[in-house]
Amino acid sequence: MSYTIEGSTGSWEVVIGLEVHAQVISRAKLFSGAATDFGAAPNTQVSFVDAAFPGMLPVINRECVAQAVRTGLGLAAHINMVSRFDRKNYFYADLPAGYQISQYAHPIVGAGTIEIELADGSTRAIGVTRLHLEQDAGKSLHDQHPSLSYIDLNRAGVALMEIVSEPDLRSPEEAGAYLRKLRTILRYLGTCDGNMEEGSMRADVNVSVRPHGAPFRTRCEVKNVNSVRFVMQAIEAEARRQIEVWEAGGTVEQETRLFDAARGSTRSMRSKEDAHDYRYFPDPDLLPLVLDEAWVAELEAGLPELPDARRRRFIAQYGLPAYDSGVLVAEQATADYYETVAKGRDAKLAANYVMGDLFAALNRTGRGIGDSPVSADALGALLDLLADATINGRIAKEVFEAMVETGEHPAAIVDRQGLRQVTDAGAIDAAVERVLAANADKVGEYRGGREKLFGFFVGQVMKAMAGKGNPGLVNAALRKHLGETGE
Amino acid sequence: MTLTDLTLTEARDGLRQRRFSSRELTEAHLAAIEALNPRLNAFITVTAERARTQADAADAAFARGDAGPLAGLPIAIKDLFCTKGVRTTAGSDILGPFVPPYESTVSGNLLRDGAVMLGKANMDEFAMGSSNMTSAYGAVENPWKRRQDREAVLVPGGSSGGSAASVAARLALGATATDTGGSIRQPASFCGIAGIKPTYGRCSRWGIVAFASSLDQAGPVARTVRDCAALLRSMAGHDARDSTSVDCPVPDYEAACSRGVKGLRIGVPREYRADGMPGEIDTLWQQGLAWLRDAGAETIDVSLPHTKYGLATYYIVAPAECSSNLARYDGVRFGLREGAEDLTDLYERTRARGFGAEVKRRVLIGTYVLSAGYYDAYYLKAQKVRALILRDFTDAFQRVDALLTPTAPSAAFAQGENMDDPIKMYLNDVFTVPASMAGVPGMSVPGGLDANGLPLGLQVIGRPFDEETVFAVAAAIERAAGFSHRPAIRAGNGA
Amino acid sequence: MSLDPATVRRIARLARIRVEESELGRLQGELNGILGWIEQLNEVDVTGVEPLTGVAQVALKMRPDAVTDGGMADEVLANAPQRAGGFFAVPKVVE
Ligand SMILES: [Mg+2]
Ligand SMILES: [Zn+2]
Repeated sequence: MSYTIEGSTGSWEVVIGLEVHAQVISRAKLFSGAATDFGAAPNTQVSFVDAAFPGMLPVINRECVAQAVRTGLGLAAHINMVSRFDRKNYFYADLPAGYQISQYAHPIVGAGTIEIELADGSTRAIGVTRLHLEQDAGKSLHDQHPSLSYIDLNRAGVALMEIVSEPDLRSPEEAGAYLRKLRTILRYLGTCDGNMEEGSMRADVNVSVRPHGAPFRTRCEVKNVNSVRFVMQAIEAEARRQIEVWEAGGTVEQETRLFDAARGSTRSMRSKEDAHDYRYFPDPDLLPLVLDEAWVAELEAGLPELPDARRRRFIAQYGLPAYDSGVLVAEQATADYYETVAKGRDAKLAANYVMGDLFAALNRTGRGIGDSPVSADALGALLDLLADATINGRIAKEVFEAMVETGEHPAAIVDRQGLRQVTDAGAIDAAVERVLAANADKVGEYRGGREKLFGFFVGQVMKAMAGKGNPGLVNAALRKHLGETGE
Repeated sequence: MTLTDLTLTEARDGLRQRRFSSRELTEAHLAAIEALNPRLNAFITVTAERARTQADAADAAFARGDAGPLAGLPIAIKDLFCTKGVRTTAGSDILGPFVPPYESTVSGNLLRDGAVMLGKANMDEFAMGSSNMTSAYGAVENPWKRRQDREAVLVPGGSSGGSAASVAARLALGATATDTGGSIRQPASFCGIAGIKPTYGRCSRWGIVAFASSLDQAGPVARTVRDCAALLRSMAGHDARDSTSVDCPVPDYEAACSRGVKGLRIGVPREYRADGMPGEIDTLWQQGLAWLRDAGAETIDVSLPHTKYGLATYYIVAPAECSSNLARYDGVRFGLREGAEDLTDLYERTRARGFGAEVKRRVLIGTYVLSAGYYDAYYLKAQKVRALILRDFTDAFQRVDALLTPTAPSAAFAQGENMDDPIKMYLNDVFTVPASMAGVPGMSVPGGLDANGLPLGLQVIGRPFDEETVFAVAAAIERAAGFSHRPAIRAGNGA
Repeated sequence: MSLDPATVRRIARLARIRVEESELGRLQGELNGILGWIEQLNEVDVTGVEPLTGVAQVALKMRPDAVTDGGMADEVLANAPQRAGGFFAVPKVVE
């Protein structure tokens, strides 16, 4: 069932395209040797190149190019062996040169695809139009002084990848899935940390609406939305605004807008009004960027296994359901963790432990997979204790919780707390006999046909054995004793 | 012996032989500057104390025996080169208060080799001009005088007018200059000195205030071809900070000056006969060709069919690039700021006040030719014609080793002449612009005087990165011409 | 192509150069003179010619990813017409 918004005149389809600015992971900036670290004191990570001092010239950072190529390869996109840098000219306080160096006419990466998975289990291929390298601008702070804006150029010149999608997305959910999937891919590749709070991934959202099947209508660009949730909200708010305009007999004007998260609405961006004529032309300070075939091949050989491939492998190799596989590969660290646990063990059980007990514990303790209180090796050891019947499933849950608390190795916990399960037939028989003797009335009822009392007896025996009885042996012993006069 | 009359290489030899000290040589030039700069206005900033310190350091280096190739030689630096701790204006009000915290690669190379900086030479604002009349720091007077009209104040050419005038008047042994469409060669011709624009990419552009990045190239002006060779050897070289700087070895240009021209094929481009060009320029050109033939070269007629379109192409490409390059002068991080209510107002007032008329014209033309709807008709078209101009040179260099042409279509003109119409001024560069568009090296060498007693230059154009042949041909002309005329206004002769 | 006063105003606005009404006429004349003269390029047949963006026709060199610059806020700010602590300052911008 496709997403529509009901207006007063009928139902409307929403058409969405995303331009994602992803900050490249690199030590130094795209065209200067200044650092890229987040949160430094103002203007301390600024070279004279970044501040566009007279006579300063750009020299490109090889790693930034490599990162763009890796990302292109990760998006199954066409790598353009010759690309070029253009200048996009406009005046703004945090754009020191009065132009941004960007790849307008000849981007480094051409068309590619991102496969998104939706809640109903379906998948869709979303077209990526292009990926190009460009410089970030500085930061203007408007709230520090009543009549002044403050300019910090630390971010000016940091490398960005602008990844432009085709207008293939049709709902906020799809846009959210696209962003999350793109972020996953970038993180797998190690080309962008995907941290939207720190601004290392920002989305410009192009939204238009149309009656079903009608041609595309005018779009508006909602700038710099900085979380997946806000992107989804901005789409809905902007789509509803446009529908209202059309239904009132008006016309949607192409413009740049801002999303106001507090109000949940978009508003026109005054400062961008007369910035439409960017006068792009090839940057004469830079030569064409020509990639070496061998270098691209080397970068390709160094790529990690990407989430789609890994998910397919998890299904095939571990026999996991598609859903579980999708959850486990969403973060590379989780997938790595899982594989460490699953290796040579019951893969489904491993998945259950990771997605169930581990995720719950991480949630509860507010930690991530990277600083998990239970290491993958320790969880694996716990599963080994289960597998060799040292402990039973119930005790394993207890041991896991103790591991979360103490960080101890499971074997140590089992030994110290004496949790080893009892498999001695004599001990089990004795416990069974004690329980049956103490519940002669229930035994009678059971033998009279109330077979569901069997569970009650199991519980009582386990209780009598402090939970450590081997469940299989306990069951067998009970059946034997209860069945002596029965079947 | 008048120290200021020595050529740069003669002074170098004198210093090495300890016939005089760098301090003496420098003081002689500082005295000349003190005497004549108030009139010539060749320097925007004089750095006398710094020069003395550098001279003393050079003398100490001579005493230790580790003096660099240019040790102790006083030179002028065009005010387009950023000099660490010394105000750098680019001839503009907008950079009036600007003190660079860094040294340009080229001026740094000269300092590394021991040169003494006397000060910052005047220039057309942002290197846009052919007369030095667009400088915000006043016009520069050409030290030459018309025989018949001693009153007329002549222009030194531009944009490196202060560099050329200071060298001609013996205020400096040599100077750095830059050439975007003729700004080294035309003032050298107007001032009776030598000057070379090397191949694009030969000298680093790092730290040179940009005018048109795809054309700008630094080079030296000096009183002899050999002096230029000595300076260029230090100025040139690969610089990793400039992506357009070329990584190829810098040859011994001075050695090339003594090569001779025997067996060289010299092309004579037929399109360089401009309408209305004075007959004596054509005569000098023929004379130059005769000198080269006498020295053993062969002269061959060639055609550069797109020559006449060079200027119009240039006046699209250069303004387009400058409109973008000059956007950084916005009153925010350095330079002039005009108080304002809001940011847009700040930009508009700062730039209206800080830029002169010629700079504004070019920024506006450049903005227009890049703007939506006009890019293809102007900029893209110009780039295609530029490709044809380059092809002309490439084809010609299949047949010849170098080209010889006049440097400029006239001798130095007077202040006020050619000022009524920008295009008239632009025509000064008609012979120099094509080599700039093609990025090939070009050198102006004095050939003789016109009927008014004003110097006229001849231009030698060479293959990319073959400055050696250019030096060889220019030196041959210099020897044959025996140009020993001196300007009326010069050190020791206040005129 | 000839510029009308509105276009001159638009270009000046794009270039962020304030042009007084009184200057407009002169400027319009000069710019049209130059543009008219440039029109001679219409004579040139450029069919099939690839545009030349620069004369240094070699591939771009790349530098290693190392932090070699920055850490000098005072020098970066030293020439600023107005600063506020470690920041450049400009009249307040409304987005
Ligand atoms: Mg965008
Ligand atoms: Zn962008």
